[in-house]
Amino acid sequence: MTAPSAKKKAAPAAPKAKTPAAAKPHRAKPKVAVWKFASCDGCQLSLLACEDELLDVVGEIEIAYFLEATTAKIDGPYDISLVEGSITTEHDLHRLRKIRQESKMLITIGACATSGGIQALKNFAKVDDYIRAVYDHPEFIDTLPTSTPIKDHVPVDFELRGCPINKAELLEAISALLNKRTPNIVHTSQCIECKKKGTVCLMVAKGVPCLGPATHAGCGNLCPSTNRGCFGCFGPSEAANGPALAKQLEKLGMTKREVRDFFRSYNSNAAEFRKTSEAYD
Amino acid sequence: MATAAKTPTKAKAAAKAAPSKPSKAKKPETGTRTIQVDELSRVEGEGALFVRVKDGVIKDCKFKIVEPPRFFEAFLKGRSYLEVPDITARICGICPMAYLMGAQQAMEDALGITITQPIRDLRRIMYCGEWIESHVLHAAMLHAPDFLGLDDALQLAATNKAVVEKALRLKKLGNDLLEVVGGGRAIHPINTRVGGFYKVPTKKALRGMMDELKWGIEASIDLAKLFGTFTFPDFEYDYHCVALHHPDEYAIVEGDVISNRGIHIPVREFHEVFQESHVAHSTALRGSSRGDNEPYLAGPNARYNLNYKQLSKLAKQTAKEIGLGEIVNNPFKSILVRMVETVYACEEALRLIKAYEEPDVAYVEGRPRASEGFGMTEAPRGVCYHSYKLDSEGRVLKAVISSPTAQNQPQIERDLHGVVERSLDLDDEALKQRCELTIRNYDPCISCSAHFLTLTMVRE
Ligand code: SF4
Ligand code: SF4
Repeated sequence: MTAPSAKKKAAPAAPKAKTPAAAKPHRAKPKVAVWKFASCDGCQLSLLACEDELLDVVGEIEIAYFLEATTAKIDGPYDISLVEGSITTEHDLHRLRKIRQESKMLITIGACATSGGIQALKNFAKVDDYIRAVYDHPEFIDTLPTSTPIKDHVPVDFELRGCPINKAELLEAISALLNKRTPNIVHTSQCIECKKKGTVCLMVAKGVPCLGPATHAGCGNLCPSTNRGCFGCFGPSEAANGPALAKQLEKLGMTKREVRDFFRSYNSNAAEFRKTSEAYD
Repeated sequence: MATAAKTPTKAKAAAKAAPSKPSKAKKPETGTRTIQVDELSRVEGEGALFVRVKDGVIKDCKFKIVEPPRFFEAFLKGRSYLEVPDITARICGICPMAYLMGAQQAMEDALGITITQPIRDLRRIMYCGEWIESHVLHAAMLHAPDFLGLDDALQLAATNKAVVEKALRLKKLGNDLLEVVGGGRAIHPINTRVGGFYKVPTKKALRGMMDELKWGIEASIDLAKLFGTFTFPDFEYDYHCVALHHPDEYAIVEGDVISNRGIHIPVREFHEVFQESHVAHSTALRGSSRGDNEPYLAGPNARYNLNYKQLSKLAKQTAKEIGLGEIVNNPFKSILVRMVETVYACEEALRLIKAYEEPDVAYVEGRPRASEGFGMTEAPRGVCYHSYKLDSEGRVLKAVISSPTAQNQPQIERDLHGVVERSLDLDDEALKQRCELTIRNYDPCISCSAHFLTLTMVRE
């Protein structure tokens, strides 16, 4: 193994338009950038967790910006921006707008970016109370009162659900969008996944509370096939009926408070889940 | 492979550091010089460093975490003990097990649940999976490129594809272990719960991992030997090492808290001896020992120094072959210790899987009561502490979580201070690269501090 050649020397240092020539190399591989806002990094790690496919994938695209993985940075515009995390600071909001301007296509990855994530629980509380509960010096902290999804602030071209995303769906979305077709991703509920997989319904057969009827498919039917009720980490499905499911959960013996908390977790700020949980406040 | 030892020349090191703002490098020695790195790459989360040097003496050295605050401890209040582990897992995507398992242990402690041996073994297998995937991601993908003057593992793949393929397969092995036990997904696994598991993995599924684990032992020894040929900056520090210690095994999932300065306490007393404080320049809380307010070291080197004797024969032999003694005080050699621990984790998982019999009961049920519970595990980057106060229904009244990054933050600052002091003759770009390398010794899981980190250098 030899040390690298100096080929990276030209990595542009300035954020923008320093080398206009670099922005238009002769159009070889699509440029993909990965951005992070408030999040746990789990969704962008899903890309690095494509161990079998990683070297092939990066053979097809150019990773132009991906702080978690590389020091190299290439100026926009980008063909695809993958955005993880929710918007919780003024500074991040500015950053997001700039990223949108520089991106032909913007895909959100994960519950944080598509619905506000677990940190959106603060939308249901007074943020000052939260700051005081965690920090000795609240005056050092700069945060918006809310945690909001990317689509609340800029147009989004495609959303990938999940906390975290399913890496097979990620690969499908990237390859579809690069080939100018719609990603083959279903928007039905977890229940349909159970039927497809032949998983016996936990609610019907065992009385286990499950958010599956209202939850977006895509995880690969993980919880029901592991004897666990779905807890909604993929957020609401397209035709989710939260209130009807909430009633059923009460029938199974959940208290109102438990029903509320069930809908109020990783996707608490997604419209259908939010409405349902607020009815139980 | 020996040629991998090539250290980056200053010129190459300078070429690779690409700050988002151009630095005012190469000013003459008088006046003020500023080096600014707003974003640290290959570090989870976002971080920053500010250093001010006057007439060759460091006047200020601040390491920050610029991660938007996410308020976990606040919104855990009022949640049921059953929900807490899955929620805390979302603190960090690289080491969710540390949060899942720490919270589970704390809840079991609070509710008086004693888990069974098979459950304990399954947890340890999963944790070995997390050590493997996280150590290999950190060492091979994120840290090794630094020693070679490369931007990333993909550049490494261009010159030596076989090494990167080996690393990826090894990382996958870790993820596969997590998936087999964790219900099909490695990041935020769904199968674990307070008291045990929702469904125990079959013997067949686990045994299916054995051949790959045997391969993994060899592969991690190979990578350890390769990284052992790197040139390491000459730097040592007399650390106050803190880690878990278990009488019968290399501590991963449980034990007492011990240190090389004579501390030996149960986990519940951790915050009586250590503390976290909040300073203006960082949203991450900062760990220190109470009383003297001094930094301490958690993570692979601390574990290795304190529990070396309990490593397997093969792990010790690997350590010896790559030039490690029984004590490692050079923080840059953490990459080697990580690989030694990977050898151990592969062997340990294999040993536990060989002995595994499916238990009849997947979890032990608990009855909520007004109580307090404590939990601690060895996350890949160091001890991760949890404590919860619960009401009679098992809802959280108070949550305290200390991530390894928050605990290590003052020590990282100390290291940076020492490294900068010894490297003032480097030009700004090369110095900055050295600082990034220093931070990546820890790979601050910055998002797990769930609170803020940027790099700035002022020379006066
Ligand atoms: S959606 Fe979940 S996994 Fe993805 S970044 Fe947010 S918390 Fe992490
Ligand atoms: S079953 Fe539900 S909670 Fe479980 S992984 Fe799938 S979407 Fe998430």
